[in-house]
Amino acid sequence: MLRGTNAHRASALGAGIALAVGLGIAAPGSAQDGSSLRIGIVTFLSGGAAGPFGVPARNAAELMVSALNEGSVPAPYDSKGIAGATIEPIIIDEAGGTQTQVSEYRNLVERQNVDLVIGYISSGDCQAVAPVVEELKRLTVFFDCGTPQIFEETVTDPQYLFRTGPTATMDSVGAARYLLEVAPDTESFAGINQNYAWGQDSWNDFVAAMKVLKPEVEVVGEQFPKLYAGQYGAEISALLTSGADAVHSSFWGGDLEGFVFQAAARGLFQRSKVVLTTGETAMFRLGAQMPDGSIIGARGPHGVFAPDSPLNDWFRQQYFDRYGTWPTYPSYKMAQAILGVKTAYEKAAGAGGALPSQEEVIAAFEGLEYEAPSGTVKMAIGNGHQAIQGVTYGIYSYDRDSGQPSLTDVRSYQAECVNPPDAVKSLDWINSGFEGASC
Amino acid sequence: MLTAVAIVVDGAVFAAWLFIVSVGLTLIYGVMRILNIAHGSLYALGAYTAAWLVGAYFAQGYPPLAGYLLLPAAALLVGVVAGLAIERGVLRLMYGRDEVIMVLVTYAIFLVLEDVIKLIWGVDPYFAYQPYGLLGTVDVLGLPYPIYDLATIALAIVIGAVVWWGLNRTRVGKLLIAVIHDREMSMAVGIDVTRLFAVTFVLGAVLAALGGAVSAPKISVVPGIGVEVIVLAFAVVVIGGLGSVGGAMIGAVIVGFARAAAVHLLPEAELFVIYAIMAAVLVVRPYGLFAKPEARRI
Repeated sequence: MLRGTNAHRASALGAGIALAVGLGIAAPGSAQDGSSLRIGIVTFLSGGAAGPFGVPARNAAELMVSALNEGSVPAPYDSKGIAGATIEPIIIDEAGGTQTQVSEYRNLVERQNVDLVIGYISSGDCQAVAPVVEELKRLTVFFDCGTPQIFEETVTDPQYLFRTGPTATMDSVGAARYLLEVAPDTESFAGINQNYAWGQDSWNDFVAAMKVLKPEVEVVGEQFPKLYAGQYGAEISALLTSGADAVHSSFWGGDLEGFVFQAAARGLFQRSKVVLTTGETAMFRLGAQMPDGSIIGARGPHGVFAPDSPLNDWFRQQYFDRYGTWPTYPSYKMAQAILGVKTAYEKAAGAGGALPSQEEVIAAFEGLEYEAPSGTVKMAIGNGHQAIQGVTYGIYSYDRDSGQPSLTDVRSYQAECVNPPDAVKSLDWINSGFEGASC
Repeated sequence: MLTAVAIVVDGAVFAAWLFIVSVGLTLIYGVMRILNIAHGSLYALGAYTAAWLVGAYFAQGYPPLAGYLLLPAAALLVGVVAGLAIERGVLRLMYGRDEVIMVLVTYAIFLVLEDVIKLIWGVDPYFAYQPYGLLGTVDVLGLPYPIYDLATIALAIVIGAVVWWGLNRTRVGKLLIAVIHDREMSMAVGIDVTRLFAVTFVLGAVLAALGGAVSAPKISVVPGIGVEVIVLAFAVVVIGGLGSVGGAMIGAVIVGFARAAAVHLLPEAELFVIYAIMAAVLVVRPYGLFAKPEARRI
């Protein structure tokens, strides 16, 4: 009787796998104050995306909220709070998978009764939450996730959903343009991307853009390992044997860092030009371990690529003083989302200053143009709900004497050069030969 | 030709890693009939401890080669401390319960340990890359492979041999085999099953932590790495037959080579191939390749 039966064994295994697949963690806030603006903020606080993305974004949210509430952000954001209301953030962990996030979102809107939600790093979470946003009719701003499918497939006529961070199309088109400018003799390329919306969309857009920019270029390999796979030995062998002149990867977080360790040890970076579209988030941590000559991006003109401006200088210094490290792109994108919300609210409030209705805010948000630490953000596509921005790439090198990473051959592409016009799907736009692009 | 060689080497490297990370799981199940979900956390604890020790060690500029000893040291430390704490503190009180209950118990331990890891090390990644590059690479038909990866194959063979020897040639091993075959009869003839359980669990925990420790130099040690490992380790031990050490080895080899072949020849199928094999094996042999069906006791 001590021994398990086969039925037990099978059910134990089933239960084990089911349990192993999902973890859900929730940390709802509680305070209630009528004069304040309650903002649900969703970002990874646990799991593999927390260190490189979630926590830098949370830090930026806390910094911006307290600075805005004090009124200490430089002009034009120097008025206190948002349209006079004190911001009350309710920060939620994005970990746990799409089902958990949909429940958490419903909880934020229906039980916590937040005025709006800013959040979501994972493209998978964005895809799951997007239809629920329109169903529950609560203003929601996606700040980071990159899949262009959000306004092209998932919610084609958005009313309540906005995204202040540009799509993966911008990264991929910019990466292709940059690669062919700095290495015009590229004849073949391969890719290694995570097997979900972000990785697939990034790769598809990159391939399409390369084919348009240089039709004779050849795709010699594509790898789609599982998200968080960690072990890339066989994939790296396949990339090495492919003989590709260039390798594209939209890997991020621990996957990116593990891939860099394993690929660098095997000389992939010497054999091929490697383009890492999110490389900026890892450059300070990896330091000398990030091979010289890597092409790295920051998903927009963020972080080290951000233009000089009083707002950017203030943001970088404040962030450094508070957290002891420089802000990377997730921090910039969170700040950008919060400033977008402030601009929309205050535009809607007008001179009167009373807190506007949700409908007024939405009307003001559509098509909005505003300044963020990384420059101008234009809500130009997706019926005025999707931001476009320029993108910048550079070549990484590490100075062993000073112990500082640096970037050379930095080139920027303006928003209209790397994003489709309104009402044109990304892939159609690329395949049309970037019709209407202004570079 | 190059592709065929790459498949063999990549397959062997991945199979070795799979065996190292799954042998502890199957050992514990074989002896204790506990499907240990906390295996993933022990792996993660091993990886974090190794990364932390290696980071501190290399920051001091000590002789690099001695740094490799930190990997088994980390595994031993985690396995003994966490393994004993889990077995003596929780599992001991639960023996004799249904297998499903034990899954829930170890899942609870897994959740607690995930938060313990976050409490100790936070969410920022830890790196221990030094041991990975230090040994250099060897060229196999012009394809460079880190010697560290090839050493992992040797380590897997050594672990397999030691576990086999320990089970078949030592007194404790023979007692364990007796317990695996018939727990009640073993108790009846006076084997101290409870003590053997503690020994087995600690051993399984050391092996789980060793999996994490030897993985640490090639990955970014981040929260959540344990989850991925449990799922893969499950697939491997289910293919081989739950509780069979030889089965885990065969399961690892099958999965390792199948995945490497898929990556090189049919990358779209990479994700699918492991579970396709698992499903195919379970259709033909519902108990896995090496486990025997058990009669239902009433």
